[in-house]
Amino acid sequence: MSVEAITIIMVLITFGLYTGIGWWSRVKDTSSFYVAGQNVPTVANGAAIAADWMSAASFISMAGLVAFLGYDGTIYLMGWTGGYVLLALLLAPYLRKFGKFTVPDFIGDRFYSSSARTVAAIATIFISLTYISGQMRGVGIVFSRYLQVDIIIGVLIGMAIVGFFALLGGMKGITWTQATQYFVIIIAFLIPAIAISLQLTGNPVPQLALTGSDIVDRLTSIQIDLGMTEYMAPFTDLSMLNVFMITLALMAGTAGLPHVIVRFYTVKNVRAARWSAVWAIIFIALLYLTAPAVGAFAKYNLISTIADQPLEEVQDIDWVNKWETTGLLQFNDLNGDGIVNFSEGDANEVVIDGDIIVLSTPEVANLAPFIIALVATGGLAAALSTASGLLITMSSAVSHDIYYRIFNKEASEKQRLRVGRITLLVALLIAAYVGINPPGFAGEVVALAFGLGAASLFPVILLGIFDKRMNKEGAIAGILTGLIFTLLMIGLILSESIFGTEGAILDSFFGINAQGVGVIGMALNFIVSFIVSRNTPAPPVEIQQLIENVRAPEVDSELEIAATTEDN
Amino acid sequence: MGEPERVQTLDDKQNWYWKKNIKLISLLLVIWFLVGLGGGVLFAAPLNEVPFFGVTLSFWIAQQGAILVFILLILSYAIRMDKLDREYAEKKHQ
Repeated sequence: MSVEAITIIMVLITFGLYTGIGWWSRVKDTSSFYVAGQNVPTVANGAAIAADWMSAASFISMAGLVAFLGYDGTIYLMGWTGGYVLLALLLAPYLRKFGKFTVPDFIGDRFYSSSARTVAAIATIFISLTYISGQMRGVGIVFSRYLQVDIIIGVLIGMAIVGFFALLGGMKGITWTQATQYFVIIIAFLIPAIAISLQLTGNPVPQLALTGSDIVDRLTSIQIDLGMTEYMAPFTDLSMLNVFMITLALMAGTAGLPHVIVRFYTVKNVRAARWSAVWAIIFIALLYLTAPAVGAFAKYNLISTIADQPLEEVQDIDWVNKWETTGLLQFNDLNGDGIVNFSEGDANEVVIDGDIIVLSTPEVANLAPFIIALVATGGLAAALSTASGLLITMSSAVSHDIYYRIFNKEASEKQRLRVGRITLLVALLIAAYVGINPPGFAGEVVALAFGLGAASLFPVILLGIFDKRMNKEGAIAGILTGLIFTLLMIGLILSESIFGTEGAILDSFFGINAQGVGVIGMALNFIVSFIVSRNTPAPPVEIQQLIENVRAPEVDSELEIAATTEDN
Repeated sequence: MGEPERVQTLDDKQNWYWKKNIKLISLLLVIWFLVGLGGGVLFAAPLNEVPFFGVTLSFWIAQQGAILVFILLILSYAIRMDKLDREYAEKKHQ
C-alpha cells in the first residue's frame, strides 16, 4: 500500500475517533454545559491545554525552524515554554478566581467599561486570526503533500474540515477530544524521533541524544564544509538583541493568548488551575525537548542525502519528487554542473521550505510508510485542535463580547449562536486567504500573533490583577497604544509581503525585527497605562473590592460563596 | 465627584497570604529570567566556551535546559502554594 493510502486511512480513523469522543462527551455534558470542564481530571485538562497550545507551528514548523536557525531557534523553544511560566504564575490562578468565561469579559468587567471590552474583543480577534492562518497553512501543506494536490486546494480542504469540527463541538465539549489529540500529536512526534535517534546516534532517547552523542559536532562540521554557519554558535542568524526581544515577545504573547487562557476558566478551582498548568507544561515539554533533537537529526540527514549529489539522482528520490510537486522544495542548478550545491548565500541551489522538515524527516531517513503516515496524522491533529479552539474563541468574542454584551443586550441564545456561526465562517475564509498568501513560514506567521498578544492583552490583564489603582482610562489607552504601535510596525517592516511595496518601508525598529517589536509595544502599553491611570480617577469602590477578593485565599472565597449563595 | 476612597478589605491574615504569594512569584520569576533570558541569551557568549557533554553549556540551556527549569518553576509554584493554603487555613483556625 502506498504512503498516501495509509495516510488517508489513518487520517480517517483519527478523525472518526475525534468525532466520536466529541459526541460522547457532548451528550454527557448537556445538563451542565458551562461547568462541563470542571469534572475533567487535571491530567486530562493538562493534555487538552497542551493540544490547544501546540499548534501546527509547534508540530510542523518548529523543528524545521530550529534546524535552519541552529542556536537561534531558541526563540521558539524558550519563547513558547517560558511564556507558560508567566501564564501559570501571573495569570491563570487569578483569572480562574475571577470566574468569567472569556478574556474580553475579564477586561470589560475589571475595567467597568464596554469600550475596554470592545478593544479587548478586537485584540482577541486580531490575534486569533493571525494565529489561525498559520494553522491553515500547516493543514494545507499536509494535504497538498499526501493528496498530491496544489497547496491552495490543500488549504481549502483543510478549511472545510476545520470548519466542520468547530461547528460540531462547543468549547466545553471538546476537552476530551483535545486530550485525545494530544496523545496522537505526541506519539506521532516521538516515534519517528526515536527511530531516527537510534539510526543516527544509537541512543533511543532523542531528548538525551542531542547532548549525549556527537550528532551536533558532526552536523557542525558538515555545515562548515558546505560553507554554512556553525550550528551551535549563538546569534549567527539573528542578533542578540533580536533573539532577546523575540523570545520575550513570544513569552508574553503566549501568556496573553485568549484561547489558552480560556482553558483555565473551566477547571474546578484555583488549585486545579495551578496543577493543570503543571501537567500542561510537562506534556508540552515532552515535545519541546524533542524538537531540537529532531531539528538537528533532520538537518544532518537532509544535508547528507542531497548535498553534493548529482541533481538527477536526487530528483529521482521518491520523497524529493513528491515535495517538489508541492513547490515547497526546489532545485535550481545555477552553475549548470548537475551537482546539488547546498549552502547558504548566492551559490545555494536548494530552496527548501522549513515547514517540510518534520513531515519529510521519516522519508529522508527511510522509515516505514506507517510512520510517515503517522507524522502527517499528528500534524493534522496539532493544527486541528488549535484551529478549533481559536475559531470558538473568535466567534465568542464577536457573538458574546461584542454583539450580545454591547449591541444587542436582548439577543436570544439562538441569535447569538447564529452570529457566532457567521463569524466562524468569515474567520475561516480570511484564514484560508492568508494561509494561501502567507507572509512567512507558518511559525513566523504565528509569531506575529504573539507579538500582538504581548503588546495588547498581556499587560492589561497583568495590571488588572496586580495594580489595584489601574483604571479604565489607563487600560484602554495602554491596549490601544500597544496594539496600534505593533500593527503599524509589523505593517511597515513586512510591507513587501503584506502590501506588495517594493522593498520594506522600514527595515527594522532600531534593530528589532517584526517578530520582536511586540516587546516595545508591550513596554509602551505599560508606560502609557501607568501614566494615564495615575492622572485619572481611581476605579470605583466595588471594583477595588473585586480585586481584593481575587487576592484572598481560595479557602475564604469558597466559604463566602456558600454563605451568600451568589450565582456564578 | 472627587477621588474614590482606596478600599482595603483584606484582613491581616489575608494580607500575609498575598504578600507570601507575591514573594514566591518574584523569586521564581527572577530564576526564570536569569536562566532563560540570561543563560540562553545575555550570557550566551561566555557560556558558549563552557563544554557540556557533547555541546556547549549555552546551547544546552537555550535548547533544552531552560525548558527543564521552566517545568520545575511551575511545579514548585503549585507545591508551595498548596503548602501556603494549608498554612493559611491553620492560621485562620487559631
